[in-house]
Amino acid sequence: MSQAGNLVLVVDDEPQMRKFIRASLESHGYKISEAATVKSALAQVASGKPDLILLDLGLPDGDGIELTRQLREWSEVPIIVISARGREADKVEALDAGARDYLTKPFGVNELLARMRVALRHAQAVTAASAQPIFEAGELRVDFVRREVQRAGVTLHLTPMEYKLLSLLVRHAGQALTHRKILSELWGPGHTTQTHYVRVQMAELRKKIEADPARPKLLITEPGVGYRLRDSI
Amino acid sequence: MTDDRPDPDVLLRRVNAEAARAGRGKLRIFFGFAPGVGKTYRMLQVARELATHHKRDVLLGIVETHRRAETMALTDGLETLPRKPIAYRGHLLDEFDLDAALARKPEIVLVDELAHTNAPGSRHTKRWQDVGELLDAGIDVLTTMNVQHVESLNDVISQITGIQVRETVPDQVLDRADAVELVDISPEELLDRLREGKVYVPEQAKRAVEHFFMRGNLLALRELALRRTAQHVDEDVQEYRAQHGVSVTWPAGERILVCVGPAPSSGRLIRAAARMAAGLRCPWAAVYVEGLGLHTSSERLEAHLRLVESLGGEVTRLAGARIAETILSYARRRNVTRIIIGKPTHPRVRDRMRGSLLDAVVRGSGEIDVHVISGDAGDDAVQSRPTNAGDRSSGVGYVTATALVGAMVLLGLALRALGDLPDLEMLFLLAVMVAAVWLGRGPSLLTAALSVACYDFFFVPPFYTFSVSDRRYVLTFTMMFGVGLLLSELASRLKRQERNAVAREERTAVLYSLSRDLGATSDPISIATTAARHAAEIFAARAVVLQLAADGELRSLGASPPDATLELKDLTVAKWAATHAELAGLGTHTLPGSVSICAPLQIASVLGVLVLLPHSAAAHTVEQRAFLDVFCRQLAAALERVRLAADARVSALRAKTEEMRSSLLSAVSHDLRTPLASITGAATSLRDDHALSEGTRAELVEAICDEAARLERLVSNLLDMTRLQSGAVTLKQDWVPLDEIIGSALTRTEERLGERAIRIELSPELPLLFVDPVLFEQVFVNLLENAAKYTAPGTPLELYATCKPQRISIELVDHGPGLPEGDEEKLFEKFYRGPNSGVPGAGLGLAICRAIMEAHGGTIRALRKPDAGAAFEIQLPIAAEPPSVEGAVP
Repeated sequence: MSQAGNLVLVVDDEPQMRKFIRASLESHGYKISEAATVKSALAQVASGKPDLILLDLGLPDGDGIELTRQLREWSEVPIIVISARGREADKVEALDAGARDYLTKPFGVNELLARMRVALRHAQAVTAASAQPIFEAGELRVDFVRREVQRAGVTLHLTPMEYKLLSLLVRHAGQALTHRKILSELWGPGHTTQTHYVRVQMAELRKKIEADPARPKLLITEPGVGYRLRDSI
Repeated sequence: MTDDRPDPDVLLRRVNAEAARAGRGKLRIFFGFAPGVGKTYRMLQVARELATHHKRDVLLGIVETHRRAETMALTDGLETLPRKPIAYRGHLLDEFDLDAALARKPEIVLVDELAHTNAPGSRHTKRWQDVGELLDAGIDVLTTMNVQHVESLNDVISQITGIQVRETVPDQVLDRADAVELVDISPEELLDRLREGKVYVPEQAKRAVEHFFMRGNLLALRELALRRTAQHVDEDVQEYRAQHGVSVTWPAGERILVCVGPAPSSGRLIRAAARMAAGLRCPWAAVYVEGLGLHTSSERLEAHLRLVESLGGEVTRLAGARIAETILSYARRRNVTRIIIGKPTHPRVRDRMRGSLLDAVVRGSGEIDVHVISGDAGDDAVQSRPTNAGDRSSGVGYVTATALVGAMVLLGLALRALGDLPDLEMLFLLAVMVAAVWLGRGPSLLTAALSVACYDFFFVPPFYTFSVSDRRYVLTFTMMFGVGLLLSELASRLKRQERNAVAREERTAVLYSLSRDLGATSDPISIATTAARHAAEIFAARAVVLQLAADGELRSLGASPPDATLELKDLTVAKWAATHAELAGLGTHTLPGSVSICAPLQIASVLGVLVLLPHSAAAHTVEQRAFLDVFCRQLAAALERVRLAADARVSALRAKTEEMRSSLLSAVSHDLRTPLASITGAATSLRDDHALSEGTRAELVEAICDEAARLERLVSNLLDMTRLQSGAVTLKQDWVPLDEIIGSALTRTEERLGERAIRIELSPELPLLFVDPVLFEQVFVNLLENAAKYTAPGTPLELYATCKPQRISIELVDHGPGLPEGDEEKLFEKFYRGPNSGVPGAGLGLAICRAIMEAHGGTIRALRKPDAGAAFEIQLPIAAEPPSVEGAVP
């Protein structure tokens, strides 16, 4: 499943940042187009049909979150939001508006490539409409056909809620999931403020799937945003 | 003011005066000793010169040429402002159009006859007030006035010339003029001009004028004018010396107090005090004692007190039964050096009976000089006219008195019919007493007289005649009348005392409840609402409190009734009151025709305006005026208190930020530069040095990554600290399990912790914590990073969390070198670095931890563990009952 040759639109008003991303991605076989403003980004999405967008939230002529909302009205192109630490609320808003994932500045190139791979893979999986029947990460193995969850070869007994939660996480493996998203998927859209439901369930799930629940390796907390299930260790 | 240091008030006034003067127009007064000396002519000459030679924008606002060709010729070519016609009692009066002049906004405007009284219906009663407004607007004004219009010289001049001048200008206006130019000709020349018809004389005033223009008068007036001008010059010099630091002996010792009352002679006393104060260059005040003597004629007293203010004196009202003592104790309190008091004009007998005020003041004055000044000739008549405003002196009282005596006669006759009773005179004494207590003085005197007559006529043999057979009865009559007189005097005195006491009591009670209510408020809106409610009650009016916003607009802050609104014209009055910091509206000098009274709320600057819309148009009494003043001061003080508190908060925060910024700068300069230097060095080597081995290159790249990460942590810490300190951080608290937070912190510090064994013991009873998950995690990240930095790689860490009553205790223990003794608290200070300073960092991590814990209502402290290294203990109160997690499993 090669992702080389995919067109990536980099939307950032910092020329140095665009330069660094272009240099790193081109050497991995991606094609790059660049935009420094909301306006030019919209134009390029319409004309160039990129496979992925890297979007910096602070743009001179508008708000990246608003751009995400606008794009979501007519395009399913995966968007990875780039934002500074301390702006957790922005990240949550961007994710809830339809962004696939986020990266906190400063980030390393490996982190960027990993996030892009996950985002592109999920996008292709959606178009191919073929979910994987088996998910494996570290010691965890989830068999959706047999509804069986194992850790280090030992079958785990999950409650129906835990199983639903784990399934949701696996479907978005490698990506950040906001509290709101999890709540509305599992408890329904009426419960999006009771974030402690998620936290309690998460703690229970960790006790089962993590080797050392106090130092989780799989089910990672994204502070102020939500959770991420690592798709590999 | 007993020491000779400059009074801070004086300094402040000077600073304010200068600030005010900066944007203020300049006032130039052409000053003459009599009409006809050529003031208008000279003013026009100067105006022409300014217009033609200096190319200044000159406007003739109002100039009285009296159709004299020479004068009119000078106005040619200068722009003249059209006059404003004002209809008054069927006449059309031409007045100076203040609004048009302000709208036209020339550089210089000519306004003739400063002392002129405006037609009723104009904005101000006096023209000098118009001029004040022009000056405030930054327009220079040229004007004219004669010496007899100077307020403080008014009575001296009326003594000299025998003509009472009604139009006066407060001395302050003259004192504040930037230039006073004396227009002087000899009296002989003036008389010549008068004979030649060159002096304008209104037809109806011919006789008076002839009396006025007598050589002796003119000489005296000229001398006064010269002296007054010289005084102005002298003031200029003084001011200059003071401004330029020339050491000047400030006559700080003197302070004058003048005792005023409603008697007309008080006006003279006030002017004398003002003159004396000007001569001595000292402050002066007027005191009025609300005593128990003759009841006050309010209107005139108020006029006197206004006069005091317009002459620059301070007004104080005191209350007390013993007038002399009250005055003297006040004088001592205020370090008064001279007391001015009127010469008594009443008969000596009265002093014998009641004691003399003058005598009491003089005897008790001690080291204070007492100046006794005579009243006008016409005073006695006015002063001795009894004004028993408080007595029931209407016809009803007299009728009742007559009826009472009639009833006593009938009763006496009836009793006599029953048998011969002695001492029937007691009945009449009873009538006199009743009348004295309930009917007031006049009727009680009538009762006494009638009683004597009736007793004589009906009950003293021979009956039914006024003749008296027994001498003994003469004594009875005298006693009866005397007792009546004495009783009525005592009763009416008691009544007045009671009335005054009740009024004072009421005022005190109202002020007390106001100050209590205001004290309980802490924001401007509730202060305004409370004050408006009180004002509406006290002054029987609708009340609106307006706040003067920073942009100069007035905004309603509170009203009573709450839906009370102001019309545009009331707002205009309020605006005037705010900009001029003076009372305006109904019954005042300014815009007296309006329906509202606007009182400025002023402490150092005007904070707002209290607008009263009285239910009835009856003008407010003096007492109410004085009370309004006190009320406004209290309201202003409350508003100021709130404003200052807000200011203090802001400046405290600013000071803290400032302090933060300076320590930040010093820390940043070193700690930011070090990693930057390493990065620059490594990067330039990689770019320029092509001979580097592969291994060295890899090392340099690694160094760049490490240093960049360090820089990132440092910048994050600085930002966190700044945000926490500036109050920009609001906690986003949520119910979170502790294990999630610790787990997340451990994941984030995974790399730096390396392969350390970490023992984690969390009590199973731990409830959910109500914390900001991001910030609370930061506390652990910082603690773990510190442990990684200050302990050798591989040393184990222990983390315990236990549930104690009402709080949760979390402890992180390391096995490193421990903490130096005495450093436990210092560690939490910003930018404090322990002795192990080989380790890079800015000394912010623990300060951030403490700030976060304090924001959560918790604590963090460092402990020295004898058997281990350092320990950090976090305590967090269990805020409330954690929410149910029943719903977590639907």
